[in-house]
Amino acid sequence: MNDWVASAAGGALIGLGAAFLMWSVGRIAGISGIASGALEGARGDRAWRFAFLAGMMIAGAVALQFLPAPPRAQTGSTPLLIVAGLLVGFGTRLGNGCTSGHGVCGLARLSKRSLVAVMTFMAAAFAAAFVMNHVNVSP
Amino acid sequence: MTRANLASLAAGAIFGVGLALSALVDRHVVLGFLDVTGDWNPRLVFVMAAAVAVAAIAYRFIFRRPMPALGGEFRVPKTDVIDARLVAGAAIFGVGWGLAGFCPGPVLVGVVAGVRDAWIFVPAMIAGSWIAGRLVR
Repeated sequence: MNDWVASAAGGALIGLGAAFLMWSVGRIAGISGIASGALEGARGDRAWRFAFLAGMMIAGAVALQFLPAPPRAQTGSTPLLIVAGLLVGFGTRLGNGCTSGHGVCGLARLSKRSLVAVMTFMAAAFAAAFVMNHVNVSP
Repeated sequence: MTRANLASLAAGAIFGVGLALSALVDRHVVLGFLDVTGDWNPRLVFVMAAAVAVAAIAYRFIFRRPMPALGGEFRVPKTDVIDARLVAGAAIFGVGWGLAGFCPGPVLVGVVAGVRDAWIFVPAMIAGSWIAGRLVR
């Protein structure tokens, strides 16, 4: 399958999953929010979160096994991965969303907040990637 | 399992297969997109455009209904306030995303798929979220 076709099909399924979650239980498919709520949210509001995450993680991992190009062997710098992980966890909690909550669901709802968030995190990500490439640290 | 949890499981499964197809579990695809000065890989544009288009069209129909199919109410953020917290959070997230190429959905799939870097990244991500939760409460 052509890379771009696979990406568009993958994106369409992401949108469909988000739509199905809203249609059925009325929730935004924002992964950072669903995950932090699963670990730290109100007791009665955790089960659907774990169900969603289990479905996503297991189906996603199984699907990867059937794809012609599985993720490349990854051996990034451990300190870099830890710093990046801390920033992603901290920032998504502070800003109430990530690529899925603000990027997919927020833009689909035409939320001004999400548009600002997306423009901000895209600009920051391009800047960080640019700096990384120029200080020549292998990611 | 309740019908709501079953529906959430199914929604997650559809979403997860989408993440797998989109190739974002391979963080080097994301880094290839973010590195506009190198051999630019535009796949992420197709992922985002398709995801937003499908969700936007579906939401238009869904929000015409009085409530979700399994009851309750639509839980969407009501605030439209753009404040420093939103912008700072998005900027910090963006820097982390640009450094490693992982965002929360794909990296969680990577944990189950046996992606070594995801195993290092995810505990740090959970810790970062926990710290922010303590600070802003």
